Amino acid sequence: MPSTSFDPRAGLPAVPRATKILIAGGFGVGKTTLVGAVSEVQPLRTEEVLTEAGVGIDNVDLVQEKSTTTVAMDFGRITINDALVLYLFGTPGQQRFLFVWDELALGALGAVVLADTRRLRDSFPSIDYFEERDIPFVVGVNCFEGAQRYRTEEVRGALALDHEVPVILCDARDRGSVKDVLIALLRHAQTVAKQRREAAGSPTIPA
Amino acid sequence: MASNFEGGHEVWADADAGPVVRPYAMTRGRTQPIGHDFDLISLVTSIGSIVSADVGLGPEHEAIVKLCWRANSVAEISAHLELPVGVVRVMLGDLLNRGLIVVHDPVSATEPTPDDIYDAVIDAIHKL
Repeated sequence: MPSTSFDPRAGLPAVPRATKILIAGGFGVGKTTLVGAVSEVQPLRTEEVLTEAGVGIDNVDLVQEKSTTTVAMDFGRITINDALVLYLFGTPGQQRFLFVWDELALGALGAVVLADTRRLRDSFPSIDYFEERDIPFVVGVNCFEGAQRYRTEEVRGALALDHEVPVILCDARDRGSVKDVLIALLRHAQTVAKQRREAAGSPTIPA
Repeated sequence: MASNFEGGHEVWADADAGPVVRPYAMTRGRTQPIGHDFDLISLVTSIGSIVSADVGLGPEHEAIVKLCWRANSVAEISAHLELPVGVVRVMLGDLLNRGLIVVHDPVSATEPTPDDIYDAVIDAIHKL
């Protein structure tokens, strides 16, 4: 009889498991562009139909586009090895979709908050969200053509970020640049995870 | 009834209005899967084929089985079949209950991520 439930100790054949990174930030800041720069497939789009509860918390003042009953998420895929697949999820920017984030954020390695220096305010909800939930994140400052360049310390100050949160200037269209952002996030997340294990007093178990 | 007429000019709803068929009609009104919570990145692999006599399954179920001979996440199934995630979840529950798929849940939905996962991902991104 085929087994239909997964048991991590059962030693099932080499079917990969998945992990994810969130790409957050304001509307039009380049989240899908960033995903597309590193994804092995063209970014895909999935839709979740809003529940009654989701509709109930709708705040019309925050809606920039026409009202809709579905929330769309763009995502990409990177096959790490035979055992592991990484997904990059662009999170729906509007605040009224925060309930979708709770599912997206669960178990995520971390998040990239993509910021545009002309509209830094748009990245506040994302930063607040990850800070409140202790989800490791980095800020990628997407350097749009025509936008004034700022030093990372100026951006850090404007966003009131903790000193350990990495801030990286980047170009969401450029694969090398996006790789740098993702690696900065993963190193940061790994450090945070290690600190938490030590703070919890449990010995590090080599995997 | 249906809001567009075949071959006619009277189209009431464009693509932005969403699907003409209410999505949960395909699941006969069911909005929750039975037997498993399918994470967006749970990976689904087909292990059996649908027997044509199985009246509880439709063409969408068949499309999922066909797609998942190679492991696909719930999100990918939703994207490729252009079905809302909630609908896909209900159908996956049907397939799981019939032993036609196996599901591998994400690495770290509830537990801390093992340290070697970070190393593996960093390595792979370096090599992109």
